[in-house]
Parts: sequence; structure tokens; C-alpha cells
Amino acid sequence: MSVLVDKNTRVICQGFTGKQGTFHSEQAIAYGTRMVGGITPGKGGQSHLGLPVFNTVKDAVNETSADASVIYVPAPFCKDAILEAVEGGIKLIVCITEGIPTLDMLEVNIVVKQAGVRLIGPNCPGIITPGACKIGIMPGAIHLPGKVGVVSRSGTLTYEAVKQTTDLGFGQSTCIGIGGDPLPGTTFVDCLQLFAQDPQTQAILMVGEIGGTAEEEAAEFIKHHVSKPVVAYIAGVTAPKGKRMGHAGAIIAGGKGTAAEKYAALEAAGVTTVKSPAEMGNALKKFFTA
Amino acid sequence: MNLHEYQAKALFNEYGVVVPDNRVINNAAEAGRALADLGGERWVIKAQVHAGGRGKAGGVKLVNDKNAALGVIDAMLGTRLVTYQTDANGQPVNQILIEQPCEIARELYLGAVIDRALRRVVLMASIEGGVEIEKVAAETPARILRSTIDPMVGLQPYQCRQLAFGLKLEGEQIKQFTRLLTGLARLFTEKDLSLLEINPLVVTKDGNLLCIDAKINIDDNALYRHPELETLRDVSQEDERENRAKEWDLNYIALDGDIGCMVNGAGLAMATMDLIKLHGGNPANFLDVGGTATKERVAEAFKIILSDQNVKGVLVNIFGGIVRCDMIAEGIVGAVAEVGIQVPVVVRLEGNNADRGLAILAQSGLAIITAKGLKESAEKIVAAVKESA
Repeated sequence: MSVLVDKNTRVICQGFTGKQGTFHSEQAIAYGTRMVGGITPGKGGQSHLGLPVFNTVKDAVNETSADASVIYVPAPFCKDAILEAVEGGIKLIVCITEGIPTLDMLEVNIVVKQAGVRLIGPNCPGIITPGACKIGIMPGAIHLPGKVGVVSRSGTLTYEAVKQTTDLGFGQSTCIGIGGDPLPGTTFVDCLQLFAQDPQTQAILMVGEIGGTAEEEAAEFIKHHVSKPVVAYIAGVTAPKGKRMGHAGAIIAGGKGTAAEKYAALEAAGVTTVKSPAEMGNALKKFFTA
Repeated sequence: MNLHEYQAKALFNEYGVVVPDNRVINNAAEAGRALADLGGERWVIKAQVHAGGRGKAGGVKLVNDKNAALGVIDAMLGTRLVTYQTDANGQPVNQILIEQPCEIARELYLGAVIDRALRRVVLMASIEGGVEIEKVAAETPARILRSTIDPMVGLQPYQCRQLAFGLKLEGEQIKQFTRLLTGLARLFTEKDLSLLEINPLVVTKDGNLLCIDAKINIDDNALYRHPELETLRDVSQEDERENRAKEWDLNYIALDGDIGCMVNGAGLAMATMDLIKLHGGNPANFLDVGGTATKERVAEAFKIILSDQNVKGVLVNIFGGIVRCDMIAEGIVGAVAEVGIQVPVVVRLEGNNADRGLAILAQSGLAIITAKGLKESAEKIVAAVKESA
């Protein structure tokens, strides 16, 4: 078991023949992801990386029975791409692109929710179930099938968390990069709920960041609904107030969303927190010995 | 992207939101004409900088005759204004806004932001205007009234009325407020704002509403569809190094420590700063080289980090997902050779082609210290900086 994706997930790529789409689709195929085709409007009927290219998501779903789509199209076109995937019948949409206007995501999230579709991202590395299905830009080689559910707002910091759990031999059930944008499609709470119900997941590693209140909401959820062990690290203790640190999400406004507040909320919910990003893996040790 | 008050007020005018009659000047020679245009004997002289707290810092002055006005303008233009929201150098005053004063009966607060938890644009209003609104929010949250905009139908008049009655407005003011709020809500969504604030919104002694201040923040991600707003960018208000970094698609923010950092990914960059601090050091900057770091950009990143005189050492922390470590290594070698780096450099490379990258560094003949893992890299740079001090 795993969450959201496994070896049966049938994946298409929107922006398939572009540079990013091509490179990461090649990597996904090499990893063993069941890629079944892609979409580039106007190139329907052609073949790319040995897979069929379609003009529309609808055509692709009809022909390939795809249930997941990964989006690499440029930011100005992402709202359109996500909505097309929803209308086309895709159940899991993973949007890698960064730089999408926040008001676009505000509208997109309403449609996605109404349709009962799961959107991961945008501005995220994607989702991977090690050894089964890789949808996104993460390096496959650092992953190991195993028992830790990883959820993170960051990109490379997720890889760091993953590598530590791989080096210690714990491995990962599924890793979800929810992205650093202010209005992500999937939240910490969504992922915690999925990991809590997944029999393969024995512990959860949560990697947060300053800004917003997503970690505080996660703490509240853990307190009432998660009995599995949770380890958390929050990046940005040293970030100065009011400065924007790359991610739109990583901004502290009006003293809210500081690392200290997030740590306090998580600790009150019984979460094991680590102050050093080098200790994320080690903190899981106590849950797996004896 | 931040706008100046005068730019925000020009947008307010476009949307039928009432502001005091005003003129903007860029130099003292324009002052006489602007004062004559506005007429009267009393004016408010306001320094235009991207920072709050101008009033207390002497950036807003009420003057009672023309000579006083000219004196204040002359003293303000071309200086740097230091407020509690700026650093010690302050922000340059290149423009001045001159306004007609008004007789104030009450000061209100009005704001709009995107609430992440609600996933909606939320309007906030308070009878506690003119003061630090964050304090009001923290100490007496009930005094901040809220209204959520449903994107399907937009802001409705009843929502405006609810807020208006909550603000103890009456009679004609209710209609004025509804017009004003409807205009601001339209401005927020049509121009892709991320923050809008009017503090204070005043009720004048003759009973009318007037926006005395105006703060607007635009979603950078949406600027591509607002070329008219992009032209309002004032680079003089932004950090020179941060702008230089932006030209190279690097995300750089200066801090006050002595250990420079070059990291790929914003989260890992913050984690690296935290780690340096945990091991007794002080980060000099935040720098995200991004996912598609080329050799040229890595070299440029080094130059920007080292242009900070406080930097006593540099930690490079790269986890190669998309970015190849051998390419980063070539960039480091090229930059160290080109810039002639005199401070210790610790490099940690992980992931894609890490071994090849480390080999390139080892064969370069340069004094680069390599490290494995996060902990070791932090320990090594902190030790190296202490040693060289």
C-alpha cells in the first residue's frame, strides 16, 4: 500500500513535448512510472518518447484511460491546463510549475474541490511512491520503498528528508511535495489524513516552513486524528520578519506564522520536533527500534 | 511588488475611490507650481518611500504657509528616510506627494488580503484606525471586522453595509462606504493585488469618507498580465544586490551575519541558515540559485555574496535534483578563479552527479573544503570562519 499513486497509476503529461515535459517524462519512464501519453495542442497524432501525443486531455483519457496528469506548462497557462484536466476526467493532477498568480489558484481550487479531484502543487516537486510511481522532478535514486510517509512544503529540503530516511534504511511509503505557494491544492492536513489511514505508513515526517498557518492547522489535526508517530522540522527560524524568502509561502507577516509558533503548536500536539535539518532522519529512530 | 502611496492613490482614482486632491513632485523646482495648483494656505507634505512608519520618522509634515512648504520639501527631497520598517540606511526620498489637508473627525482602518486558511479575499475594517493595527488584531481581535468575498458573485452591497454599520457610519456615509469598498474589491481582483491597506480611512468633520493613506502590494507572479503596473516599479526603493541577483534569476536577501550561503531551493536555503546558526555561526544572506543553475549564474551568485564586505566564508549547499552537481562544481571552480576568492569556501554536493562534482573540485587545485552531509558542512564553515578571524 501507499497513498494516491502506485504501480497501476496511469499518467499523462501536459506540456509533454516541451523541454521540461520531455526531460522529466524520460526520467519518469526510466523509473518505471506507467506513463501512457501526453498532451500538446496541435501535435495530436504524433508520437513522443514512444508514447502517443494528444490535442486535448479528453482525447488522452478516452484513448489511454489515464487517471493522473502531471503539468509542466508555463505559469500563465496553468489555470487553463488544470481546469482542462479536471474537465477531462483526471482524478489526480500534479502541477510542478512555479509562479502561478495567487488569484488563479484561488479560482482553480474551487473547481477542483467541487469536482472531487486531488490537485498537488503548484510550485512543488511532485509525488513519488518509491519503486512504483514517480510523478514530478525529484531524483528517483535517493528513494527507497519503506515505511515513512514524507510530506513537505519545500523542494530540495524534501530530498534532504528523503535521503536521511533512505540512509537509515527506513525508506518511504509515499513522499508528497505540496509546494510553497500560498494556496496549495493539497495541504498538510490532507496528507496526514491519507498517511494516517495507510497501513504501509508507520511514521510521518513533516517538513514545514515559516509563513501561513498550515503547520498550526496540521498540529490541530494531529492532536485529534493521528495516532502514528509524527516528526516535524520547520525551516526559517533565522529568517528575519517581513522578508520574503523565495517561496511566496515563506513570509512572516505581522508576527504570524513564525517558526517558534509552529514548533509550539506541533509540540503541544505530541509531535517530535527537530531544530536541526540534519536530525530529521535520526528523530525517527526511536519509533522503529525494539 | 510594492507601490508608492501616490501610485496607489492614482489607481484609487481610476476605481472611483476618493482620495485628497494631490500633486506629485520629483524636484524642488516643481514645488511652487504644485502648491499653486492645489491652492489654499495649508498642505500635507509626504515623503514617498516603500516603508511604513513615515509619520513618526518625520516623513509626513503639515505646513501652514508656502515658505514652510518649500523649506520642508527642500529638506526632504534627496535624503533617506529611516523608519522602524527600514534598515539603518533608510529609503531614498525621490518623490514627494503634496496634499490638501482635511479636518479629521474619526480615523478608521480598512484592509484586504488573501486569507490562506479560508482561501478567499478577505476585507478587514476597524474603528481603531491610525494606530498600529497589528496591535489591535493581537490585543482586541473583536475590534477587527471581517468580510469574505465569494469569487463566484463578488462583493455584495449587504456586506459593505454590514461593515459600514459596524464602523458606526451613518446616513450618506453608508452609500459612500459601499461605493468605496466595491471599487477597492474590484481593484484587488482586477489588478492581482496581494495586499491593500488604507490606514487611516477618515471621516472628515463635514461627514465625508476620504482615504488619507494607501498601501498596495501586487502579486509578482501576475505582473506579466499587467504591463501598466510593471512600469510603476521603483528600483531605487529595492536593495541593489537583490535586484542584481534578480537579473540573473537568483533569489538573494542580505542578512547581517558573516557566513555567505549559496543553496538550491528556498526551503533548503532557509534550513542551511538555521543550521549555521545552530552551530554557532551567523548567516550573511539567503541565496537560492534555483533549479536550473547555469555556470554563469553560479559565478554571479558568488560575486553577489562576496560583494558583502562582512562575508568571512561561504557555504555552498547543493542537493541536485534537477540541477547537476558537476555543473555546479564547474561554476564554483570558474567563479573562484575569476573572482579570486580570499575567504574559506566549504562545498557540500549531494544527488545528481555528486561524485563527479566533488572530483572536479578536488582536481581544481583551489582551496575548497568539501563536506558530506548537512551537519558536517555547517561545522566546517563555522570552524573555518573562526580560524580565519
